[in-house]
Amino acid sequence: MSRSLKKGPYIHYKIEKKVLEAAKSNKKTVIKTWSRSSTISPDFVGQTIAIHNGNKFIPVYITENMVGHKLGEFSPTRIFRGHAGSRGKK
Amino acid sequence: MARIAGIDIPKNKRGEIALTYIFGLGKSAAQKILNQAKVDRSKTVQDWTDEEQNRIRSIVSEEFKVEGELRSEVQMNIKRLMDIGSYRGIRHRIGMPLRGQNTKNNARTRKGKKRTVANKKKTPKG
Repeated sequence: MSRSLKKGPYIHYKIEKKVLEAAKSNKKTVIKTWSRSSTISPDFVGQTIAIHNGNKFIPVYITENMVGHKLGEFSPTRIFRGHAGSRGKK
Repeated sequence: MARIAGIDIPKNKRGEIALTYIFGLGKSAAQKILNQAKVDRSKTVQDWTDEEQNRIRSIVSEEFKVEGELRSEVQMNIKRLMDIGSYRGIRHRIGMPLRGQNTKNNARTRKGKKRTVANKKKTPKG
């Protein structure tokens, strides 16, 4: 079920503040965040955001197409390295 | 013979059902179209007059996205997900379910036919 429109999109207040500040000062700094559940708003476009995946920060450059998605969608939490013994297959 | 939305020629069926042979039209959309064109739902396609056919054709082409156009839209949406590198896009790329389903068992629609693994350890009985 989608979120009530009345509430508007969820964006953690600290990232919002940092993004707006970065947009104002035109500085290209990487913004670190743990807030994977924050929605990407149009203000984010052009920023690089380092999103925590539980282990480390994955830097993601935000493009226009990503607006409306959540930050966490771009920072995978699991790494699949293949099954044992399936190396032989080509 | 009726030709609507380019390729589809359903006939011998009631209009309501025949229209669902077009990709992008389901039963409720078909009913809406027939109501709007003032054609009796239970009339078979071969009994449609030319005028009725034209009315239906114009409604379909004006108000609905069907067949090739719709298919390409779906493909574009998938491509967008893959290009932005989102979780769903990655899952599309590797052919796994997108919506968090379990993949220990089943998930065969996405994963395709079973590929048997040689010498895979079996769980002991009992």
